[in-house]
Amino acid sequence: MKIFTAPAIYIFLKDSHSEIRTRYALNALLMFVVTALALVLFSVGNEVVGTDVLSGILWVIIFFSGMSGLSRTFVSEEERGTSATLQLISRPTSVLLGKLFFNFVLIFSLNMLIAVLYQLLVNRFVVLTPSIFWMTIFLGSCALASSSTIIAAIIAKANTRGTLYPVLSFPIMLPLLLTVMNATRLSTEGAAFAEALGEFQILISYTVVVVTISILLFSFVWKD
Amino acid sequence: MKSTTAKIGLVIWLTLVIFAAILFPMVPAPEKWYEFPIIPGLEEKARIIFFHVPMAWTTVVAFIASTIYGIRFLMTKNLDYDLRSVSAAGLGTMFCILATITGSLWAKFNWGSFWNWDPRETSIFVLLLIYGAYFALRSAVDVEEKRATLSAVYSIIAGVTVPFFIFVMPRIMTGLHPGSKGDPQGAGPVVQFKMAPNMLLVFFASLIGFTLLYFWMFDIKVRSSRLELHSQQPQE
Repeated sequence: MKIFTAPAIYIFLKDSHSEIRTRYALNALLMFVVTALALVLFSVGNEVVGTDVLSGILWVIIFFSGMSGLSRTFVSEEERGTSATLQLISRPTSVLLGKLFFNFVLIFSLNMLIAVLYQLLVNRFVVLTPSIFWMTIFLGSCALASSSTIIAAIIAKANTRGTLYPVLSFPIMLPLLLTVMNATRLSTEGAAFAEALGEFQILISYTVVVVTISILLFSFVWKD
Repeated sequence: MKSTTAKIGLVIWLTLVIFAAILFPMVPAPEKWYEFPIIPGLEEKARIIFFHVPMAWTTVVAFIASTIYGIRFLMTKNLDYDLRSVSAAGLGTMFCILATITGSLWAKFNWGSFWNWDPRETSIFVLLLIYGAYFALRSAVDVEEKRATLSAVYSIIAGVTVPFFIFVMPRIMTGLHPGSKGDPQGAGPVVQFKMAPNMLLVFFASLIGFTLLYFWMFDIKVRSSRLELHSQQPQE
C-alpha cells in the first residue's frame, strides 16, 4: 500500500503547490459560486420557497461549480504537456489517488464555503439537524470527488472537454445527487440522525464502488 | 443465428406473440384458454405489457452486452470487440427510445400525463442519458484505439453506478409502476407477478422473442459494421 500512497501524497502536494501558485481552478470556482448564489437570490426574491426546493438548489449550485473546476486536475496536465512526465515517474494508481485526494480537498472546502454562504444568505433555508447536514456535505464531497476524478481523466483525453464534462458526469452522479438532496431535505425537516443513516450508507457504498472501479480502470485511461 | 430455420422460426414465434397479444379477447370472466381477464382500470390498455416491458428489458440486455464487450476489449485490445460494443449500444439506444415513447404515450392515457418522473421513468431517462453521453464521448475522440478504450471505461463506470438507483429510488419517491413504494402488492425492485397464467405465457413468449430478435439484429449490425470498416480500408 505504501508504494502507492507515498507518491500519491507527493502528487497531491505538487498539485496543491501549483494551484496555490497559479490559482488555476480556485479563482474561477470562487467566482462561479458567488455568481450562482447571486442568481439564486435574485430569482427567489421575496418569494416563499419551500425547503425541498432550497435543498435541491443548494446541490445544483454545488454540482455545477464542481463541474466548472474539478476537471482541471487532469486537463491542466494535458494542456501543459506534463502528463508524459507524470506517466514516467509514477504508477497510475498513485496518480489517481493523488488527484482524487486533491479533488476531494478542493470540493470539500468549496462545499463548506457554499454551505455556510447559503445558510447565511438564504433566510428560509434553516437546518434543524446540523449533524445530518454536515455529514451530508462531507460524504457528498467524497462521492462527488470520486466520480468526478475518473470522468475528468476520461475527458482529458477527448477533444471537446468543457461541454463533455457535465454530459458524462450527470448520469453517473444522479444517484448520488438524489441521495444528498434527500438527506439535506431531512436535515431541514428536523429528522433524527438515525433517519438519515440509509442515505449515508448509499453515499459511502457509492464512494467505495466508484473509487475501486476507478483504481481498476485508471491505467487504461491514463496510458497513451 | 446463422441458420435460416432459426430465423423463420423466430418470425413465426413473434407473429404468434403479436397475434395473441393484440387479438385475444378480454372478458370479465375468462373461461376459454385464449381469454384474458379484464383488469379494472386498465381494460384493453393492459396489452402494453406484452410490448413495452420486453422493449425495456431488451434495452437492459443491450446495455449489459455493450459493457461486457467493453470489458473484453480492455482485456484483449481487439478492436472487433469495440465494434460489437458500439453495435450493442446503438441497438440499446433504439430500444430505449422505443420503450420511452410507448411508455410515455400509454402514461398519457392511463396516468394523465406524458411524463411523471416515476422511478422507472427516471431510470429509463438516465439510461438514455448514458447512451447519449457514450456516443458524445465517442464522437469527441479521434484515435480509434483511444476512443474504444475511453468509451469502454465509461460504460463500465456507468454500469456500476446504475444499480444504485434500485436503492436510491424507493427511498425518495412513490411510483406509479407496479412494484414501487406505495404499491400494495409489495414495494421493492422485484415485481411479484399477479397475472393470469395465459397472459404470463404470452408475456414471457414476447420477452424471449424480443431478446432473440435483439441478438439477430445485433448479428446483422456487427456484420454490416465489419463490412463498412473493411470497405473503408485501402485495398491492397
